[in-house]
Amino acid sequence: MKIHEFQAKDLFRNFGIPVPSGTLATTPSQAVENAKSIPGPPWVVKAQIHAGGRGKGGGVRLVKSLKELSKAADEILSNSLITPQTGPTGQKVRQVLIEEGLEIEREFYLGIVIDRKLESTVMIFSQAGGMEIEEVSAQHPELVLIETIDSVQGLMPYQVRNFFYALDPMPDKSMLKGFSATMTRLYKLFLSKDCSLVEINPLVLTKSGNVVALDAKINFDDNALFRQKEIAQLHDPYELDELEVKAAESNLNYIRLDGNIGAMVNGAGLAMATMDVIKLAGAEPANFLDVGGGASEEMVANGLKIILSDERVKAILINIFGGIMRCDVLARGVVNAAKEVKINVPLIVRLEGTNVEEGREILQNSGLDFSVAQDIEDAARMVAAQVS
Amino acid sequence: MGILVDENTKVVVQGITGNEGTFHTKQMLAYGTNIVAGVTPGKGGTEIDGIPVLNRVKDAVDIYSANTSCIFVPPPFAADAMIEAADAGINVIVCITEGIPTLDMIKAVTFIRKCGAVLIGPNTPGIISPGKTKVGIMPGHVHKQGSIGVLSRSGTLTYEVVDQLTRVDLGQSTCIGLGGDPIVGASFVDHLRRFKEDTETKGVVLIGEIGGTAEEEAAEYIKEEFSKPVAAFIAGQTAPPGRRMGHAGAIISGGKGKAEDKIQSLQSHGITVVLNLGQMGKTALQVFP
Repeated sequence: MKIHEFQAKDLFRNFGIPVPSGTLATTPSQAVENAKSIPGPPWVVKAQIHAGGRGKGGGVRLVKSLKELSKAADEILSNSLITPQTGPTGQKVRQVLIEEGLEIEREFYLGIVIDRKLESTVMIFSQAGGMEIEEVSAQHPELVLIETIDSVQGLMPYQVRNFFYALDPMPDKSMLKGFSATMTRLYKLFLSKDCSLVEINPLVLTKSGNVVALDAKINFDDNALFRQKEIAQLHDPYELDELEVKAAESNLNYIRLDGNIGAMVNGAGLAMATMDVIKLAGAEPANFLDVGGGASEEMVANGLKIILSDERVKAILINIFGGIMRCDVLARGVVNAAKEVKINVPLIVRLEGTNVEEGREILQNSGLDFSVAQDIEDAARMVAAQVS
Repeated sequence: MGILVDENTKVVVQGITGNEGTFHTKQMLAYGTNIVAGVTPGKGGTEIDGIPVLNRVKDAVDIYSANTSCIFVPPPFAADAMIEAADAGINVIVCITEGIPTLDMIKAVTFIRKCGAVLIGPNTPGIISPGKTKVGIMPGHVHKQGSIGVLSRSGTLTYEVVDQLTRVDLGQSTCIGLGGDPIVGASFVDHLRRFKEDTETKGVVLIGEIGGTAEEEAAEYIKEEFSKPVAAFIAGQTAPPGRRMGHAGAIISGGKGKAEDKIQSLQSHGITVVLNLGQMGKTALQVFP
């Protein structure tokens, strides 16, 4: 789960990680009014969307007067912000964060992620702050320092010193305390809120010698939301695709893609492989949809309805290998969906596994118009026929 | 032989009285699995299908000599269940549960390995040595006893592949679902080491997907140390970056974990990669003599 920068900074404040003074606004006049309550000029006006690369799209602006601030807020709030991470249509900006402009001496990168190979949390620190960390890592790996944080020991003081004393040029030793506090508190936040990633880029050293988080990014482990109710409330429904939200309400795993062949599959791996099969057949998948092992007739019907409400879908492939999921349950779900929503596109069904004969019989006797594929090859051929 | 589970496997089902636990206990018994006990704290003294239900895993080990555990416990309590099993002396722990917090798993795998137990999963369909025993939820009827080892990060995709292998008469020695989560108990390499020593296994099919570097690590190990033939399939060639494709571990992040990188890595280490899922059976006949 993702959250906005301003929400992440609120969390940072709660954990004692210094952030600039800031205020939110949803209109240019509110921006001007609220800016008066924080130090400045200068101020920084920042679009609040989940996608990164906001600066590249003009979503982060330094302003030197209230007039400039109003103009910047107006431009950001009235246009879709397009960044390298939003896709070509961009994202509508509903709020801006206005912060005091700080006098920056140096910029650093600080982050914590889960390293799958090490099976541990790791802290990443670099003096190449304010840049794309993946690029720095590729071009100057020696500037990217990593410490594995042991799950029993936690972040140790010597590890903070490993980071600090590697800096070149080295800041005054009195700065160690500020870095140490930020690093320790960031790890505490990571653990107590079940994060999957936290990133401060840049973490700045101000001219007055303070360590401040100029940006804040936090991703949370979806699997842990059941025990992070307050975090779960921070979710922004405007950031999600409408159909994906609907699917989530029916407990379906659905991701909207760009193509025109819809797919409904049981099992994430098989669903991904089915998308690949569609592509190999010369078509483009319209979605990823995993109905899961225990899906009920209702869930199957809902899944089909969601796919059908995507206007770009020209044909649908249902690929079910019944293990826990039974083919007869699926077949009934398809038939029920057809009763509620007109299936006006070609339907290709491939069933195999538990209760397959029963499932096929239910479909044959339904009076529905569809094609039955014997196996994956057959299904792919039928999909290809749809697009040619 | 096969690896990790066979006719000597004695299973305790943790969470036996829940819906999933009860349903799959019946399915496993029907397959012929030797289930010696079940555990649901507080329900000790009752019975499911003739299987005694106990309060503690240590009782299943002490009284019924359970050596393998199959866990159907909900996410908030699953890590505790795994650790309880390891501490009680269970050798092979199979955790079916999907949705366990990652930070819980980081702590659990460390402890479980210290106990010398093998964890399969979490978020796995389980492990099966066809003809001998099934510890998990896979449909037994698509499997056939034979000499191909199958290692997969998936559930139903595994059944699809196994079905194709069975249809061309390539039976399986042991099939293992590694689990769809980012942190799992054992890797491809861990199990390949076991298959290396298993005289019954003559070849291995590897089924991977986007996310992480497990397939790349397997490719290196196979090139250096594994001489039996291997065929692989990688799901997710069309997956967009940054999205979690169902499995918590199926995510391309920071540019890493792409299907094409895995395919490239496997191929460059001399491993046959099936690109079209429908061709798995046919290709397997060429790879495995």
